[in-house]
Amino acid sequence: MALPYYVSPEQMMADKAEYAKKGIAKGRSIVAMECADGVLLVADNPSASLHKISEMYDRIAFAGAGKYNEFEMLRKAGIRHADLKGYTYSREDVAAKSLANAYSQTIGSIFSADPKPLEVELLVVEVGQAEKPNELYRISFDGSIIDERGVAVIGGKSEALMTFLKSRWTSTSISLREALRLSVDALDTVTNQKLGAEVLEVAVLDRTRPGRTFRRIASGEARVLLNSP
Amino acid sequence: MSLFSDDHGSSFYDFLVSRGQDLLRDAPQAGGHASASGPQSSSNVPAFPHGTTVLAIRFQDGVLIAGDRQATEGFQVSGRRIEKVFRTDAHSAVAIAGAAGPAIELARLFQVELEHYEKLEGDVLSCEGKANKLGQMVRGNLPMAFQGLVAIPLFAGYDLKRREGRIFKYDVTGGRYEETEYYATGSGGKDARDTMKQLYRRGLTEVQVLRIALEALYNAAEDDVGTGGPDLVRGIYPTVKFIAVDGLRDVEESQIAAACRTLIDERRERA
Repeated sequence: MALPYYVSPEQMMADKAEYAKKGIAKGRSIVAMECADGVLLVADNPSASLHKISEMYDRIAFAGAGKYNEFEMLRKAGIRHADLKGYTYSREDVAAKSLANAYSQTIGSIFSADPKPLEVELLVVEVGQAEKPNELYRISFDGSIIDERGVAVIGGKSEALMTFLKSRWTSTSISLREALRLSVDALDTVTNQKLGAEVLEVAVLDRTRPGRTFRRIASGEARVLLNSP
Repeated sequence: MSLFSDDHGSSFYDFLVSRGQDLLRDAPQAGGHASASGPQSSSNVPAFPHGTTVLAIRFQDGVLIAGDRQATEGFQVSGRRIEKVFRTDAHSAVAIAGAAGPAIELARLFQVELEHYEKLEGDVLSCEGKANKLGQMVRGNLPMAFQGLVAIPLFAGYDLKRREGRIFKYDVTGGRYEETEYYATGSGGKDARDTMKQLYRRGLTEVQVLRIALEALYNAAEDDVGTGGPDLVRGIYPTVKFIAVDGLRDVEESQIAAACRTLIDERRERA
């Protein structure tokens, strides 16, 4: 048996990172934004049935960018993790921090141990109860985890989006409509086209709702929000 | 990657079973009961749960589900305000009768089961699908039932496809039977059914069906020691929920209290 060529760990990791980045760069982007009503999630997604944004638990939502089968598998594992925890202890014990950590561990160990890294970027967001602040976690393909404030972006054009939004997003007190318009403006800019409501997937973690706060905003409602003066 | 090497579909219950964490099936296995089959062990299974009256009635907009509030331990009242009717999702509810521990656990697990499916699939289960899944979960409780810990649910749901309320009853083996008009289970179930048999007709309104439910529960409480009647001193009244096309709705306690008082006043005049 021939010995495999020696590849330095640095080179191996750099190659894997480049591979994963390339895969993610091909995909479309997702924006999460804090607003007065809670946390808004907007994805550039032409499919009406294959979702990128999903409910995870009472106050927690998930968004995945990159390879669909990979983030879909992670989404399901996360829902199981959350439901198991809520069933074993109590609904209030399910927290985004623990979920984000579990994702970080899983994705990180796959990145270092498996020959092919996951080509995904994830968002795990939690809307705060009463006066508590919201939590936005971004998890990268290598398992690194970033605690964002105000705005979080994943997917192909995330850097350009972040630059655009950083200067324009002002405070958590902006309304849902303003947040939606700002997110769509940002997505329009990086894609160089006018995105209609029918190619957007929009959902909100509504701070005021009791119990399960996740609510999808159908394209009809999104259109009204975008077009009303 | 071993995340999903074991496939349990979209069921939380099957996921728990695969992890060996099924609380319902984890019955203490005493003296070879689990393997025993045939007539000698079936005599240990009570034919119906002791204590409690829970009922469901169909009406013009959907289905009503209700239950009394009393828990008993032998000849003692162990609880006066326990809940026996549980919302399981936006269009369904489960009422429980039998050993309180496994029965409440069954209802709680079923709630998670429905929500879990909804989140994973991005779609709600059909009314029929919910009823079938509950049957499988009742069957999972069979080892416990052999030891006398019978937990029997009564399922009421609104079928969004057929646009009507539906009622399902179960037996200890998980057998699932649909009722087209009304049903009641628990130790006072027979008394409640007798009352409903007299009063039920098609196309009842909300006010009428609430009255029949309270009357049936009242009669059951009169004749069955395991069922609690309305407690005017402490202000404890039966739980009643309506399930219709726009979802499940709890009937306000003040409304139930007023209906109970009317009912009692009428009985007083008759006496």
